[in-house]
Amino acid sequence: GGASADTLGLGRPALAEEIAAWDLDVRPDGTGLPPGSGDVLTGEGVFAEKCAACHGDFGEGVGNWPEVAGGQGTLDNKDPVKTVGSYWPYLSTLWDYVHRSMPYGAAQTLSPDDVYAVAAYILYSNDIVDEEFSLNATNFTGITMPNADGFVVDDRAAREYDVWRAAPCMAECKDSVTITMRATALDVTPRDDVATA
Amino acid sequence: MSEKRPNGTSRRAFLRGGVAAAGAVAAGPMRAETPDPLITEVQDWASGLGVGVDEVPYGLPIEFEADVRRRNVPWLTADTKSSVNFTPIHALDGTITPQGCGFERHHSGAITLHKDDYRLMVHGLVERPLVFTYADLERFPRENHVYFCECAANSGMEWAGAQLNGAQYTHGMIHNMEYTGVPLRALLNEAGISGDLSDKWIYVEGADAASNGRSIPLAKALDDVLVAFKANGEALRREHGYPVRLVVPGWEGNLWIKWLRRIEVTNAPVESREETSKYTDTLADGTARKWTWVMDAKSVITAPSPQMPIQHGTGPLVITGMAWSGHGRITRVDVSKDGGKTWEIARLDRAGEAKALCRFYLDTTWDGGEMLLQSRAMDETGYVQPTKNQLRAVRGENSVYHNNGIQTWHVATSGEVENVEVT
Repeated sequence: GGASADTLGLGRPALAEEIAAWDLDVRPDGTGLPPGSGDVLTGEGVFAEKCAACHGDFGEGVGNWPEVAGGQGTLDNKDPVKTVGSYWPYLSTLWDYVHRSMPYGAAQTLSPDDVYAVAAYILYSNDIVDEEFSLNATNFTGITMPNADGFVVDDRAAREYDVWRAAPCMAECKDSVTITMRATALDVTPRDDVATA
Repeated sequence: MSEKRPNGTSRRAFLRGGVAAAGAVAAGPMRAETPDPLITEVQDWASGLGVGVDEVPYGLPIEFEADVRRRNVPWLTADTKSSVNFTPIHALDGTITPQGCGFERHHSGAITLHKDDYRLMVHGLVERPLVFTYADLERFPRENHVYFCECAANSGMEWAGAQLNGAQYTHGMIHNMEYTGVPLRALLNEAGISGDLSDKWIYVEGADAASNGRSIPLAKALDDVLVAFKANGEALRREHGYPVRLVVPGWEGNLWIKWLRRIEVTNAPVESREETSKYTDTLADGTARKWTWVMDAKSVITAPSPQMPIQHGTGPLVITGMAWSGHGRITRVDVSKDGGKTWEIARLDRAGEAKALCRFYLDTTWDGGEMLLQSRAMDETGYVQPTKNQLRAVRGENSVYHNNGIQTWHVATSGEVENVEVT
């Protein structure tokens, strides 16, 4: 390593092969994408084999597993459906996450071409591309996700802190207090299975 | 031994048996009618022998404390390996969370990673990309700090109203430990960072399949982030990131990367899954906040609470709970017994520490009437913990994360306690 005056000289240089093995992240501008490509039809096959058991044939989700398609226009609903198509701001995140962490229980088993194909299929399932579409490192940044502009950087300081940093009421703060909701009405708390000591 | 408990009802039996056990009225000192055999008869433990020092090389709590354990809520998630469980905060006191019941949150299970197999890479916009072994980390000058780790989703199930009946479930995605570790800035310095650092970021990820990658501004990394390898004096538990985790004081638990394997200095955030799809806070109009890192001031009364009914009748009552703030020290906690109409200033057991749990007590008298208990934390920035309705007025009900609204417990005349919402 070679320590300079203010370092301890601990650790050893990381080799290029080691960095390449672990540095897999892909950024919104496409930085980090490896070469490769995959089309919707190929992706449908990979998805059917490796993803559909949990996420459904069309990305609609099975049981309590996440849906990856649909939900567009629901974000201001009482119960929004947040999917890749309705919510995710960047295609890079889909590529990066599938490549590194999916399928659940067998992560890092998809080749770059597999991931391009699955990403193309998920885009198709969300009506973002047509069925002829093939995704690659070059046309990647040409895809704009529907909710790309849906996010604001944390604005609590202006909208909340400035308001709530004030001396609180201590007495006669309300005329009356009424119970409006009870957890026992829902009755969804797990039963305790601890035996009495 | 349980048949020799003359004072009868355990707390569990109380919960099963409903209100009948709570009838004892205690106005004035108790007086024994007959001598107590626990005193007048020689007990086994006062005559025979207990267990030897070779019996328990590493101990667990005594069997009578079996109630003090992590619990999960099966319907919350599709699979237990990407899920959460809850610290039994209702039964704990003080501030330090025992590691064995400190909550867990994994995205692909708690992995087993031997110290010998551990590697930490620091690379990206550094002068010398480096690989550290576990042994290397122990050779850096180290520090000890107590901090809370609160899941961003703590109390998240309560956004739309009272749902789960117990402080463990409503507020138990939190633990508070004393961490031993190396300041992250020391590792970054070893790799060499220079130039304009104000617009730089780090991307940190774990060794598990989910990786849990997150982007953090370099300024925070250089401030108080720790690369920790011990908690409460001993190695991290497997489920808490053994052998090395990130400690990110005051910030949402998802950033506290477990099984930390990689730190990349970058010129932009990665916008990973855990900071786009998850850990973004949807507002009523359908837009969402991102990068809501800090956990705001919050508190909860842990007893009485739904899992901790009042069983001793009227008279002296200890109301206790915990308060914390990601912005710094807790300076005051107020307690209301009438749903927020009037407030009393509680006693802080010790002066609040920055970004750590603070224990509070209100030593009071119960007259046997109904109560609507609330606690309200204040931190050193002057921020006052809001009500849930104040939060909803700004954010709506779909934020999922960052619910630090005031909790209300309804205490019935029986002493039973319920999670409620009030006007």
